Amino acid sequence: MPKPKVAFYWCASCGGCEEAVVDLAEDILKVVEAVEFVLWPVAMDFKIKDIESINDGEIAVSFINGAIRTSEQEHIAKLLRRKSQLIVAFGSCAHLGGTPGLANFTDRKKIFDWVYLKAPSVINPEGTIPLQKTTTIHGELTLPEFYNSVFTVDQFIETDYYLPGCAPPPDLIIKAIEAILYRNLPEKGTVLAPDKALCDSCNRRDSKPEKSVIKEIKRVHEVLIDPEKCFLDQGIICLGPATRDGCGQRCINANMPCRGCFGPTSRVQDQGAKFLSALASIIDINNEEEIKKIIDSIADPAGIFYYYALPASMLRRRI
Amino acid sequence: MCTGRIEPEFIIKAFKSGADGVLILGCHPGDCHYKEGNYKALRRFHLLRKVLIQFGIEEERLKLDWVSASEADKFVNVVNEMVETVKKLGPLKKESFVA
Ligand code: SF4
Ligand code: SF4
Ligand code: FES
Repeated sequence: MPKPKVAFYWCASCGGCEEAVVDLAEDILKVVEAVEFVLWPVAMDFKIKDIESINDGEIAVSFINGAIRTSEQEHIAKLLRRKSQLIVAFGSCAHLGGTPGLANFTDRKKIFDWVYLKAPSVINPEGTIPLQKTTTIHGELTLPEFYNSVFTVDQFIETDYYLPGCAPPPDLIIKAIEAILYRNLPEKGTVLAPDKALCDSCNRRDSKPEKSVIKEIKRVHEVLIDPEKCFLDQGIICLGPATRDGCGQRCINANMPCRGCFGPTSRVQDQGAKFLSALASIIDINNEEEIKKIIDSIADPAGIFYYYALPASMLRRRI
Repeated sequence: MCTGRIEPEFIIKAFKSGADGVLILGCHPGDCHYKEGNYKALRRFHLLRKVLIQFGIEEERLKLDWVSASEADKFVNVVNEMVETVKKLGPLKKESFVA
């Protein structure tokens, strides 16, 4: 029997998701033996025309990591959709937009201005900025369009499954690959991780506040963090209540609060709004002036609450 | 519905669905049937307002006030004021959320 064909592609991502696959260590060999890679730019040399020449639906599964920010990424995502039986959005950026998605608080023009003109390390007296089309003596050169917003993969193509996390942890990747190989898959559209909040399995949950306790909000570098106590109980923002379980409490175990990379559970539409609600509920202040003060002490609340999930949120971007 | 039950998600959904302003009216402090619901609402309101500003939504588009069931005049005034405010601001450019 021919081995199932697998593609692995990256869009707007950092490379960490690729690293996560390599992190499978010996287990990766089992995977490599069981499948035939048809596209994996980080590790092997394939060309787009190789994919174009494959029959529609011939690839068993394409794993796409990274958010979508350019017309080229959109094009390849659509090509892979056509050629694949299954599309798995791999990692936070493909799933929710991820940290690149924070760019939706700004826009293309401001980004170009800064990166190509105003950043202190830039020397660009002619004020050259990338153009989609440039005519040179050798002919016309083209670049993909850089969109005004960052998008999730499922905002462009039908997505069958999601592997959450920045990056997805090895156990969930292996489980997902096994489920695909043995056709033991849950309902289409499922996020392949437990559907409960991170707090539920957090070993600090006994000290998690059930009622209003926070009188002050602190940032991680401002205090000595008690490694046993719930971060929220220490006045440190932890997105655990609005985040899906399944990472193995990676940040918590390193004594760092959760930033929400697994996204919300299936019952929550907007992770940021959900966390906002949870946080406001446990602030122990009723006086309006004092409330304003504590809220003003939170630096960049939207940036923290939507750290990984701005493009997937209800508003998606700044007006 | 007690203001303590108003999730920030509901308000964001209203803006996304085309509302140009959202007015939350609750029982006066001390009068909440569930005791603390309106204080919770007050905290959520201020935090959400700050977040909405970061989304480019003018803070005046979200308002919270206390009006009891017997304060017909106040109710009328608050609603009229809100309508004035929103009219002045004009429509929220919601199509830019998806661009
Ligand atoms: S808020 Fe954070 S530290 Fe507290 S129980 Fe939840 S995940 Fe653990
Ligand atoms: S603790 Fe939160 S941010 Fe850290 S890996 Fe887990 S889900 Fe992601
Ligand atoms: S019952 Fe809680 S605000 Fe009215």
